[in-house]
Amino acid sequence: MSTLVIDKAGPTRKLGSMSRDRAWALRWSYFFLVLFAIFFLTPPVYMLITSLKSSAEISAATNPWWVFHPTLSNYVELLTSNQFLRFFWNSSIISIVVVIVTMLISIPAAFALARMKFWGSATLATGVFLTYLIPDSLLFIPLFKMLAMIQDFTGITLLNRWYVLVFIYPTLTVPFCTWIMIGYFASIPKELDEAAIIDGASWLQTLLRIFIPVALPGLIAATIFAFTVSWAQFLYPLVFTTSVDQLVLPVGITTTLIKGDVFNWGQIMTGALLGAAPPLIIYAFLMDYYIAGLTAGATKG
Amino acid sequence: MPPGMSRQGALALRPHDKGVDRSPASSFIFRQKAHSMADVVVQQGRLVRNARPRKASGLRNMLGRKSTVAFFLTLPLILLIALLVLYPAFFSLYLATLNKAMTKFVGLGNFTFLFKRETFWMVVKQSCIFAVTAVVFKALIGFIVAHFVHNIPGKKQRKWRGMLLVPWVIPPAMSTLAWLWLFDPSYSAFNYTLSFFGVGPIPWLGETFWARFSVILVNVWYGAPFFLIMYLAALKSVPDQLYEAAAIDGANWWQKIWYITLPMMRNIIAITTLFSLIVTFANFDIVRILTSGGPLDTTHLFATWAFQVGIQSSDIPLGACVSLFMVPILAVAAIFILRDVSKRGNEA
Amino acid sequence: MLMADVSLRKVIKRYDDVEAVRGIDLDIADHEFIVLVGPSGCGKSTTLRMIAGLEDISDGDIMIGGDVVNDVPPKDRDIAMVFQNYALYPHMTVAENMSFGLRLKHYPKAEIKARVTEAARLLDITDLIDRKPKQLSGGQRQRVAMGRAIVRNPKVFLFDEPLSNLDAKLRVQMRIEIKKVHQKVRTTTVYVTHDQVEAMTLADRVVVMNKGRIEQIGTPNELYHKPATRFVAGFIGSPAMNFIPCRLEDAGGTLQIRLTDRIAFALPSARAARYNALPRTDKLLLGIRPEHLTESHAHLGSGVESFDTVLDVTEPMGMETLVYFGLDGTPVCGRVDPNAGAKDGAPMRLAMDLNNMHLLNEETGAVL
Repeated sequence: MSTLVIDKAGPTRKLGSMSRDRAWALRWSYFFLVLFAIFFLTPPVYMLITSLKSSAEISAATNPWWVFHPTLSNYVELLTSNQFLRFFWNSSIISIVVVIVTMLISIPAAFALARMKFWGSATLATGVFLTYLIPDSLLFIPLFKMLAMIQDFTGITLLNRWYVLVFIYPTLTVPFCTWIMIGYFASIPKELDEAAIIDGASWLQTLLRIFIPVALPGLIAATIFAFTVSWAQFLYPLVFTTSVDQLVLPVGITTTLIKGDVFNWGQIMTGALLGAAPPLIIYAFLMDYYIAGLTAGATKG
Repeated sequence: MPPGMSRQGALALRPHDKGVDRSPASSFIFRQKAHSMADVVVQQGRLVRNARPRKASGLRNMLGRKSTVAFFLTLPLILLIALLVLYPAFFSLYLATLNKAMTKFVGLGNFTFLFKRETFWMVVKQSCIFAVTAVVFKALIGFIVAHFVHNIPGKKQRKWRGMLLVPWVIPPAMSTLAWLWLFDPSYSAFNYTLSFFGVGPIPWLGETFWARFSVILVNVWYGAPFFLIMYLAALKSVPDQLYEAAAIDGANWWQKIWYITLPMMRNIIAITTLFSLIVTFANFDIVRILTSGGPLDTTHLFATWAFQVGIQSSDIPLGACVSLFMVPILAVAAIFILRDVSKRGNEA
Repeated sequence: MLMADVSLRKVIKRYDDVEAVRGIDLDIADHEFIVLVGPSGCGKSTTLRMIAGLEDISDGDIMIGGDVVNDVPPKDRDIAMVFQNYALYPHMTVAENMSFGLRLKHYPKAEIKARVTEAARLLDITDLIDRKPKQLSGGQRQRVAMGRAIVRNPKVFLFDEPLSNLDAKLRVQMRIEIKKVHQKVRTTTVYVTHDQVEAMTLADRVVVMNKGRIEQIGTPNELYHKPATRFVAGFIGSPAMNFIPCRLEDAGGTLQIRLTDRIAFALPSARAARYNALPRTDKLLLGIRPEHLTESHAHLGSGVESFDTVLDVTEPMGMETLVYFGLDGTPVCGRVDPNAGAKDGAPMRLAMDLNNMHLLNEETGAVL
């Protein structure tokens, strides 16, 4: 009886079998969390370690987990290389334009699907979700052929041009963003738009002045998703672009920094780290939105 | 404010107000309309039913207007899906029936050709081994780590969760490069460490078994945090009272997991697993960067082999054919996801 | 002068094959406070939403200020509505919430400010004007929702169960607040609630609805003392009116009412005259409110009859004690003085005031 009372008083007390169990559970939890954190963080940490080494130190058989002569030469070299900056620029402009295009398509569609019940709206919502499940590796070959055919037909160069990715990436971002925006819009109480209707707002005003501000967290989550997906996309640019000046970061780093059999690992790791930086920085500052967007996909809109 | 004041105030204000200014005029029109309609009703013998078509048509107009607006709002979405997802998907079916130069219709020729190739069956086998093993380990690690995170005090959870999700945030093409470096045949940091325990050197990417192990390891590393986050969210949604009730009923920790946690999380586990199965099955980046399918094509997945055949060897029809073999498995998983997601929607 | 009367003519609402509202006729005078009350699903909210224009009407006419508004969109009906969950825009401050409608209509800035200030003063929320809804308590949100309605100076206020999200104490307070505001601004008001106490305390006239129809329209006192149907009699008043199966009997020239084999009362002469023509075989119900079933005194007035019973349960309420007992299996509730010595399971002598009885037809539910 007394142990029960003590336990209720708080787990910090040393007495009582239940609080002792809990203290041990906590210790074990931390122990395993540290193990898993090491597993999860080893590659990025190793990236950082290698990026601070000179080529000489990398090829010397010293302890790979330690930097004996730290140097920023890899960073300086990459950040002054026109080629690398070109990749960075291509990636940035594509991702930003894709985010804007995605929002312009997703938000109105999600608003219509969440609030205006019309013929086929339920089917369309389901279709959007199914589209989200279609992977890039199923579509890259027909898309490649389609682009080649359109190019032959119209004379407009599409293959080996970065801007074609701006049209292709929304197929990856729009379905998911629409889906989670449907969810966020649907969670806004119906009375809120009724109040807006009575206040004299039109559909457009309701969307712009009520729905978008109220669903702002969802909008941020969707934006983060669209940006990170565009930034990380590897298969489509690998297939559709080949000239060095048209490449985006992931493809550029994997294809140009690996020259034949010569691996300049210091620069590769630096490039990979710089390529991972924008999503990591966004994640560091907007973690809660990032996670909200991640978990929102599993609920019906 | 004395009674009547506000009304007078309102009257004084009305001239400023375009919206209200308009309303007497418009309601006048409606009154006219109502009168004429009333006449019709009287002529038709004062049957209430006769007044119905007017309401119905008014309603239909409104519905018509609303669905027109909705149509235009969803039009870009529909166009995008139709032109850049559905059309290529069907175009892929057509492509798969052509010969390599895409000049001749060969029917199922590409398919029968694939069935005769040993590499194809190896890709089928490896894709299944890769996807199933990776998903099982991702799910297990995600579940276990989610429990550890859930166990520790609330304030510290944020920090740990933030650290543990990092692999999911880094673009996979970038992080796989780090793994490639860790697996490097001559400078592998893993082999360096293992040499202190008298183990190795391990040919991480050089031998079939270890290469298959490595691509799965990297995929588990990349995908486990996603499970962790999903499970953690699900764990938090289980009400504490259920555990308290179970504790009073005498359940131990294992019984709590088996009788409360798992049933409550059943749906989210199913959705996450199926979703991950699709993504893993269709994976491209990791294998492409780590092994490019080697050694001797033993680590190829559908996606990487389709890329090699279709783009690098320029046999587009055969490449399309290879990637189409993903469809049945994706479709089955998608159907189950859809079922679970709508079930989850109904519960909420 | 702007007239803000509201009329409903044979208004019907159908959803597919279900009729939610089955022909409502109602005239609401300018400045009047009308409460629609009834159990959930009785069509009261649908009726209100049809007046607001948020639901299309399937048949009939709705008129505001003499104009048929069937096809007029809500914003042109010159109405304002207060919702059950307040429906405050969460991203706007109190002032922005209140002025949103005016800003959409491009009112001059100075005028918007004047109106918001005036409404805030009226509702005593001047200090809260720059806060977001999240930072407000339930009662404060309620005031803001009312403020949003007031600033628009509409012809009609519509309230959709505005107090049901508040706790009991606050509900009483806000009820008084709403009444005060109406006394000041005198705007025609239609108020929907399922709470009969709210209906009684607020309304000039109460409309009792059931299953899509109007059961009775009347002042609170009319409904309480002269209910037209069994539904109204049972719905209005708490604890609810008792209905005891009974029949009429002639006993030696006087008309008496028999409740059980043991208990029968002679009817007061006024009542006897009214009910004399009824067939003695009809199955009837005696409707009697708990406050007319009290402890017995030595000197009972005329028409007050006493009887003995055994109490099942007693509920001391402080200023009175509710006693529950059975009459031939029918549970009956009475209200006695706390000092009358009522005890669980104990016998007690009670008195029934037949001057305040109602007689109902068991089959039709009509009050005779």
